Amino acid sequence: MDYIIVLILQVLYSVASLALVCAGLAVVFGMMRVINLAHGEFIMLGGFTTVLSANAGVPLMIAILVIAPLAVGIAGYLIERLVVRHLYGRMVDTMLATWGLSLLLVGLATMVFGNQVAGVAAPFGSVTIGAYGVSLYDVFVIGITIAVLVASYFVLAHTNLGLIARGAMQNPEMASSLGASPARIYSVTFTAGAALSGLAGGILAPLSGVVPTMGAAFVAKAFITVITGGASILTGTITASGILGGISTLTTFAINPVIGDVALLLTAIILLRFLPYGITGRFFRGAN
Amino acid sequence: MMLKKTACEMLTVLVIGLIAVFVFPNYVAFYTVISSTIYVSLAILALSLALVWGYGGILCFGQAAFFGLAGYTYAVGAFNFEVTAYAAVIAVIVPVIFSAVLGYFMFYGRLNDVYLGVITLTVTLILFKLANSTAGDIYTIGNARLGGFNGMPGTPLLANPFGNGEPLSPHALFVLATVLLLLSYFGCRWLLSTRFGRVMVAIRENETRAELLGYDSRRYKLIFFCVGAGIAGISGMLFANAVFVSPTMFSLNYTAQILIWVIVGGLGTLMGPVIGCIVLQVITAYLGKTGLIDPSAALGLILIVFVLLVPKGLLPLLTELPDRIRQRKKLLSAEPAASDKGEQQ
Repeated sequence: MDYIIVLILQVLYSVASLALVCAGLAVVFGMMRVINLAHGEFIMLGGFTTVLSANAGVPLMIAILVIAPLAVGIAGYLIERLVVRHLYGRMVDTMLATWGLSLLLVGLATMVFGNQVAGVAAPFGSVTIGAYGVSLYDVFVIGITIAVLVASYFVLAHTNLGLIARGAMQNPEMASSLGASPARIYSVTFTAGAALSGLAGGILAPLSGVVPTMGAAFVAKAFITVITGGASILTGTITASGILGGISTLTTFAINPVIGDVALLLTAIILLRFLPYGITGRFFRGAN
Repeated sequence: MMLKKTACEMLTVLVIGLIAVFVFPNYVAFYTVISSTIYVSLAILALSLALVWGYGGILCFGQAAFFGLAGYTYAVGAFNFEVTAYAAVIAVIVPVIFSAVLGYFMFYGRLNDVYLGVITLTVTLILFKLANSTAGDIYTIGNARLGGFNGMPGTPLLANPFGNGEPLSPHALFVLATVLLLLSYFGCRWLLSTRFGRVMVAIRENETRAELLGYDSRRYKLIFFCVGAGIAGISGMLFANAVFVSPTMFSLNYTAQILIWVIVGGLGTLMGPVIGCIVLQVITAYLGKTGLIDPSAALGLILIVFVLLVPKGLLPLLTELPDRIRQRKKLLSAEPAASDKGEQQ
């Protein structure tokens, strides 16, 4: 019985962390059709911001929930201004430029921080369920992911900003002729996406530690999940991380983590063979 | 005009190739021959993406996957077979089979180019993880230990199957690599001049139109993709001989570099990426030695600058320069109406 509870918690946790890692990417891809290959490096920046500010004496929760998203949001704003803005509508070029950005950020981080793991201890300790210990921080990750998803849903569905954003996503020309400036919407969206990635980096920093090259570990999983999810930001992210995260955790439990990753990829490729526009391209159309 | 340019390029390649085979290795240091072999084997990799992406319009970020698979196949084969040449042949066949399976899912799922890029990238990264996790005695194929992160040093080198079984000298390996680069280049040129190659270029230009004319673009793309994987396989097999096989062959680093070679050299040309590869290899080797700036930061900066400012790449920029100057002169001297007749490149 306790084994099943732990297993369920573990599945929930990996689905939640997958959704968290994907959220920033899903916002940018879903709204702007921009594939941001520097996504993993945004997470890395968030992680470093958290570790550095926590080591400088800032309370860990403030470092994770405030400073990391803020710092990476600002970085995202500048990057949108300098690079991404000039390439809208050229999907492949954006992809390549953000890949260059990713290499540049990894290189700069290596020069500044060196190629070693920096980290902070995970807070909250753990509880025991039957014979197993469960880290309370894992439960915190599940909770914060739900909070982020609910907040995103609220912003998209119930605020003026969300209305304009959804309008610009469906029909940029129409939104623009009704007076909403696409350039500003894109700028806000990219900044928000970057801030979400920064938050994800901050939350993951106590778990995995931070290295300049850590982005690579997330980027593949995040992309495949967002693409499998399809056009709808929230529904797509939730369903895709649910399916892929669940399958990958169960195979991890049954065999090992590497096979878990392979299972995730194979499931995604097979799903995309039959649903080329992602899960939400076929089901739940028109959802947020 | 176009034909003349291609003929000109082919002649230049032949001359440079002959110099590289017969003159170059006799006049440079031993060390330079060895590092040149690495550059040439990577140039073949650049050529494979130049073909697949530049002419087939298939945005493949996974050439490194085929490169690495070929390397591993060669190493496993070389440890197990008496005749290492068999391993070399199998090393080219395995990536082709792998690409056929992967390509079936992607092309017959009709994924667009951006999705294609992401999936091929993910496949490469997963292979990287898999290769990294093969440390320990369980992961042994015949006599070959896969070795996890450390790779497979001490792989038996390629030997002439008709000779006495002596492994090839570094000099001979360089000549073999250069000859294979030349063969791959002329093979690509030949392929592009056939009916099949022309249909492929037509599909790149306008897939819907090609389909309406009765060509099954899925099948053409799949076959083209497999050809590219085979060329990447040749490169991986040579690399395994010039350096040694390790999971870094699948790494994000190589994946990105291949793209950068193609972008810098010029998408839509065959020579450009090969030149781009060799030039950038020399630059990164220099940067790595001096430690002035992190090579990956430099490559990233180069990629951003090229995408934003020189999207066509260097070779088209250089070859179009005389045309442009001539056209401008014509424009300045003749009446304005004549400018419309100027050839469109």
